[in-house]
Amino acid sequence: MATVHIPPALRKYTQGQEEVSVEGGNVRDLLGNLESSFPGIGERIVDDKGAVRRFVNVFVADEDIRFMDNLETAVKDGDEVSIVPAIAGGR
Amino acid sequence: MGAASIAPAPAGVQLATARRPPGRVDSVLDLVGNTPLLRLGRIDAECPGVQLWAKAEFANPGGSVKDRAASRIIEDALARGDLGDGRRLLDSTSGNTGIAYSLVGAALEIPITLVMPENVSLPRKQITKGFGTELVYSDPMEGSDGAIVLARKLAAEQPDRYYYPNQYANDSNWRAHYDGTALEIWEQTRGKVTHFVAGIGTSGTIVGTSRRLHELDPEIRCIGMQPDDAWHGLEGLKHIPSSLVPEIYDERVLDGTIWMGTDEGWDMSERLAQQEALFVGHSAGANVAAALRVCKALAAEGKEGVVVTVLCDRGDRYFGPLKWEKHYVW
Repeated sequence: MATVHIPPALRKYTQGQEEVSVEGGNVRDLLGNLESSFPGIGERIVDDKGAVRRFVNVFVADEDIRFMDNLETAVKDGDEVSIVPAIAGGR
Repeated sequence: MGAASIAPAPAGVQLATARRPPGRVDSVLDLVGNTPLLRLGRIDAECPGVQLWAKAEFANPGGSVKDRAASRIIEDALARGDLGDGRRLLDSTSGNTGIAYSLVGAALEIPITLVMPENVSLPRKQITKGFGTELVYSDPMEGSDGAIVLARKLAAEQPDRYYYPNQYANDSNWRAHYDGTALEIWEQTRGKVTHFVAGIGTSGTIVGTSRRLHELDPEIRCIGMQPDDAWHGLEGLKHIPSSLVPEIYDERVLDGTIWMGTDEGWDMSERLAQQEALFVGHSAGANVAAALRVCKALAAEGKEGVVVTVLCDRGDRYFGPLKWEKHYVW
């Protein structure tokens, strides 16, 4: 199980939970299982071609998956996964 | 080698440069505003009878539309005596407003303090620091909201040290556009403007410009643009239904709202670079995408129109962070 940190704008899908536990050996599987548990959240993170949306950053254990193996990036038991919009926001 | 061996420049180039004598000003602040109005002729080509024009706000000396609000906010605060007594202007921003405050502060010798999350990318810190601005870092886990909270706390604790302008509630913000942007658009289109379209961040641009344009001609349609969801990637823009509503936001000045998707805005930024040679940020892309929707609707009805929007800043402000800047936000 990995711990996934949910940003405020997506917590409507997780009933307000700030972090959730999700299974998955890599990011692709993990995001698939996240969608199964919380329907609707998946398409906010990946586009209809299955790629992570351009304005979304995904970190596994503090590393940006774009600089690793993208959706194939391995996720270990106990890893922290963060989903973060790539903007400072507001101003 | 005689002069005759130098190939003459093409006549068109010589004429274009000769027509516009370079300006001469006493202060960098004289370069704020009065931005060119630029025809987006390759974008509006698909809408016969409708012209699409954009204010080139990247031509401001700080590189963005925020120079207008920041200079007006500081000048009005000086006139009221809120600044100029040694107090520092304090705000929470890592974006264009921070750069604009820093530039105006340096020009007017007003000390500036900005609160930003510790994880903002290095260029954002370097640009503002370069003007002599003092940076205070807030908890990186708390994001931009954490920076706002810390700035308010510092201002409340040390009122003799800080002046907190709060651009979201500051009338100088929209007045910069009421007295500037709107009149420029009116003059540059010789009163022919039919539509004004702009995204909502603090709402200063759309509220101030729309208020004045409606006074000049009540028939002008003014349309606000917002991201279509709380979860979006259009930096600087607000999804009002899920945000703290800016105090200066006045929905009554709007004739309509366009809801913009992140992808449509980002795609238009790329298109502007490739078709119009304008390398602009995503909020500018979203503005043009929204304005193009208006143009298309007019053309579909067989109507003519002069649609004006805003190119907020340049795209080089949004280069992706480097690998070692792990916990960045832009």
